[in-house]
Amino acid sequence: MALRGDWMYENNGGTCVAIAGIDYCVVAADTRLSVGYNILTRDHSKICSLADKVVLASSGFQGDIRALHKNLAARHLLYQHQHNKQMSCPAMGQLLSNTLYYKRFFPYYAFNVLGGLDNEGKGCVFTYDAVGSYERVGYSTQGSGSSLIMPVLDNQLKSPSPLLLPARDAVTPLSETEAVDLVKDVFASATERDIYTGDKLEIVVINASGIKREYLELRKD
Amino acid sequence: MGRMTELPTKGGFSFDLCTRNDMLLKNGLQMPPFRKTGTTIVGLVFQDGVVLGADTRATEGPIVADKNCEKIHFMAPNIYCCGAGTAADTEAVTDMVSSQLQLHRYATGRESRVVTALTLLKSHLFSYQGHVSAALVLGGFDVTGPHLHTVYPHGSTDTLPFATMGSGSLAAMSVFESKYREGLTREEGIELVAEAICAGIFNDLGSGSNVDVCVITEGKTEYLRNYQLPNPRTYISSKGYTFVKGQTEVLSTKITSIQPKVEAVEGGDAMEE
Repeated sequence: MALRGDWMYENNGGTCVAIAGIDYCVVAADTRLSVGYNILTRDHSKICSLADKVVLASSGFQGDIRALHKNLAARHLLYQHQHNKQMSCPAMGQLLSNTLYYKRFFPYYAFNVLGGLDNEGKGCVFTYDAVGSYERVGYSTQGSGSSLIMPVLDNQLKSPSPLLLPARDAVTPLSETEAVDLVKDVFASATERDIYTGDKLEIVVINASGIKREYLELRKD
Repeated sequence: MGRMTELPTKGGFSFDLCTRNDMLLKNGLQMPPFRKTGTTIVGLVFQDGVVLGADTRATEGPIVADKNCEKIHFMAPNIYCCGAGTAADTEAVTDMVSSQLQLHRYATGRESRVVTALTLLKSHLFSYQGHVSAALVLGGFDVTGPHLHTVYPHGSTDTLPFATMGSGSLAAMSVFESKYREGLTREEGIELVAEAICAGIFNDLGSGSNVDVCVITEGKTEYLRNYQLPNPRTYISSKGYTFVKGQTEVLSTKITSIQPKVEAVEGGDAMEE
């Protein structure tokens, strides 16, 4: 593919996960940046803090991801000037979807997971495809290790189907520490089998008291 | 007209299905990927013999298929061969030449020589015109001394004091080019090989997990499987996972009892004379 003169994208690998809890949200991503069989850096953050209660994790082509994060941060600043308040997570969710669809015919090669607290203080996770189709879910994963991680989260977090009526909360009843423990274990497992995931794990927890950051060393091979 | 006399089957690949494969590809068929070893393999000559080294990761595209496979293959008691490329090819070609060497040992009554293994490998690979994707580092110690060779998929070979192959070969070669010198001792040789393999393990995504080392000297071979384990799992949940009955949804159950066996009638076997 790279031999074509017109191939505009590159996949820098990596995996992102987000889990919504009753009063918290965990967003995590590994910090490895790679191209082909090479590692460009072991210490590159894929997570962007967009607002007080909103965090975005993206994997894919870092050139597009940088541009996307910059775009959203600028739009958030404008919103703050116009409305004199921070953007809520659902509002940012819609903005991200619109931003992605705006480039429907030359997409951002970015696979996004948006996490935060909604207007009622409950955990809130939105998952996206590359062109802006999104859905509010209880947990999600995107990136090279997503097919390794998703079945484990499905098994452990057992969210009710969004098709059931009356609509039930998709958030997990797990405590914050249990959710962080699950994220660490699941990433350690994905690192074993996915060559693009590894080096270090960045875990961001959002709750009523603000945003907290934690790191875990992963396999470096 | 009677049947035509059957032609004796020829050896090698039969290319009869090529047109049919082309048609399938044109119609959108996805061929299954080969499992490649995406590897770092090395060898070097030291004062008393040769040291071979390899990583232990086998990949299927971006997924690790085997975290601890063996890439240093037995050829003869005094000859070992590291293999990179398609796993089935390296396995098959080393097994085949190893058997041929054994038969040759019985016929000649002598210890196998490295150049014999080399010639058998290169003529096999050349005759398959590169379709057998095996890139090998062949090393051993025979009556003529220590030998180290590289063999490429198309059948060319090189004779070298130190060699690397596989996707991690550049990372490993950078270590060798900086630190190799003639007349290394056994400990220095092993350490240098381990360092080169580690360079491949940590800097090449196609290589990983553990370091295997094989030291071949006059009259003695030491296969040091998992000589180094520099990649332990970094985190394991202390809570563990329990799977209670009911966690996997049972959609429906159907129980069919086994039918009782029909008794065979004694005496009167139709097959007997």
